[in-house]
Amino acid sequence: MGELRLMKGNEVIAEAAIRCGCDAYFGYPITPQSEVMETLMAREPWNQTGMVVLQAESEVASINMVYGAAGAGKKVMTSSSSPGISLMAEGISYIAGAELPCVIVNVQRGGPGLGTIQPSQADYFQSTKGGGHGDYRLIVLAPASVQEMHDFVGLAFELAFKYRNPAMILADGAIGQMMEKVELGEFVARQTTEQVDAQYGSWATTGKKKSRAKNVITSLELDSALMEQNNLRFQEKYRKMQQDEVSFEAIRCEDADYVLVAFGSSARICQKSVELARAKGIKVGLLRPITLFPFPSEPIARLAKQVKGFMTVEMNAGQMIEDVRLAVNCAGERNPVHYFGRLGGIIPTPGEVVEALEQKLIGG
Amino acid sequence: MDVKDIIKEENLVYSKPSLLSDKITHYCPGCSHGVVHKLLAEVIEELGIQEKTIGVSPVGCAVFAYNYIEIDWQEAAHGRAPAVATGIARVDPDKVVFTYQGDGDLASIGTAEIMHAANRGENIVVVFINNAIYGMTGGQMAPTTLLGQVTATTPCGRDLERNGYPLKITELIGQLPGAAYVSRQSVHTPAAVRKCRKALRKSFENAMAKKGTSFVEVVSTCSSGWRLSPVEANKWMEENMFPFYPIGDIKDGQKAEAGDFMQQNLKN
Ligand SMILES: Cc1ncc(C[n+]2csc(CCOP(=O)(O)OP(=O)(O)O)c2C)c(N)n1
Repeated sequence: MGELRLMKGNEVIAEAAIRCGCDAYFGYPITPQSEVMETLMAREPWNQTGMVVLQAESEVASINMVYGAAGAGKKVMTSSSSPGISLMAEGISYIAGAELPCVIVNVQRGGPGLGTIQPSQADYFQSTKGGGHGDYRLIVLAPASVQEMHDFVGLAFELAFKYRNPAMILADGAIGQMMEKVELGEFVARQTTEQVDAQYGSWATTGKKKSRAKNVITSLELDSALMEQNNLRFQEKYRKMQQDEVSFEAIRCEDADYVLVAFGSSARICQKSVELARAKGIKVGLLRPITLFPFPSEPIARLAKQVKGFMTVEMNAGQMIEDVRLAVNCAGERNPVHYFGRLGGIIPTPGEVVEALEQKLIGG
Repeated sequence: MDVKDIIKEENLVYSKPSLLSDKITHYCPGCSHGVVHKLLAEVIEELGIQEKTIGVSPVGCAVFAYNYIEIDWQEAAHGRAPAVATGIARVDPDKVVFTYQGDGDLASIGTAEIMHAANRGENIVVVFINNAIYGMTGGQMAPTTLLGQVTATTPCGRDLERNGYPLKITELIGQLPGAAYVSRQSVHTPAAVRKCRKALRKSFENAMAKKGTSFVEVVSTCSSGWRLSPVEANKWMEENMFPFYPIGDIKDGQKAEAGDFMQQNLKN
């Protein structure tokens, strides 16, 4: 058993980064995730593991520092909240286009605009459909507990390097701010310069040796025929993710007549809703996507053969519902798919969810 | 007859720097970019730091700088080269990192990144090509465009009321405590080329010695953007740019010590 601690979600992101051998963090303060950098600065990992932590002048600078350090073959991350992620969009697109691994944490708050500092899931589209310009995808992981905030840092790096693609941890203000018991991982040593060179020397800017051609990190290709090839290669990579990396949790779905689909904080709420509904004699299950991209379309399609209907529960105006409908309809099924959610930083209550379920699916 | 038969080893007085690739550049005749590339290749070769040097190319005409100098490169988003260079230099402090940026890239869209990188005293070299115009996008006004200068977006000449003043960003950088060496050079004559190369060499030495940010502006020509012949462009630059952007060192030293800035009685 690893070390047990009571920690905030944001703090544990920092602790997990240090422990998994992260080389650098670049960020800019924004509520509700400022504790990530504050914790890192207080921990002074440069004295322990040599990890670099730098407060940048903006999110634009942060993400471009991430680009530089990732291009050098390092394990590098940033974190922000919704408006800051919007500002990073161009940089994230460059990182995807140059095929660099990195981890981006979005502790979402309500928008649009400056919006609110309260929790939200309104960046689902932005995270899962691209966000910046061009045809690219992020690997998107949605933690629903402080433990998962910890575990997904290492996992996100693993996937990011496996596919040489940016990975996002899509949390929200509630998970970032809440405290829970967490089991911390063992310390993994940062990679040495020699290890980085041996593993990533074929593409990273580790310094041009006489023995190899120069490495160039770029997303630019003016020859359309070659640029099309690049795009096709990216699409192939995304297809492979869809095939191999889908992750989800199914709670009491075996005998369910109705299934709630929810991720992150709202999935936590829905766990309680499932209990409340079952106490009333309604057989409800919960399907919780852990990877939002790749989306668990197949498990949803399988459930569609069994259940009477689905309801997504989202802290937004209904974004993931589109992917659930696609999953159901593309499987040739016609189950009703409804949405219930609260907006602007309001977290739905378990009771509200059951009420909505009764109204929309059962009564309707 | 082979070229070796014509040029005898003992008669050789000049050769192409070995780090300059054989690729034909995409630059227009009379453009300063090519000369500055050659100087960079020479300096990196001279200092023997090919295996340690990482270049960061901009968005602008020099975006393809990575095709011409045989080192590892990263291509940055428009204006963000100093942030990209910061990322590299921070995780790989043994590397010598330089950015190569135009005036639109550095002095307009990327003003924040260059100011803060230099203010942090990042151990990087910044090569700043000031041709008073946006070359790549077809000759629009740059922040450094002179008052009265005709460009694609100032067809009647840059107007003070509409467009504000030409920006002397190099002088601003010279004010920052993180800057070690700040200089303005040009490459329009053999003598100027030699001086520019000295400035570049000093900058790379500073980066190796971790003295802070070294910044070399090269007042440059853009004959295509200016709609002039290469010879006319040089003349136009001498007559119009040099009076406003005087050539010479602005700061030569190293970044300030913390002691110069600490409040004596700072209490937390
Ligand atoms: C975000 C963004 N905005 C605008 C552009 C279009 N753009 C490409 S190069 C350039 C200006 C380049 O001018 P300068 O930096 O002076 O370099 P030069 O081409 O003159 O060498 C612009 C505006 C872009 N690529 N990205």
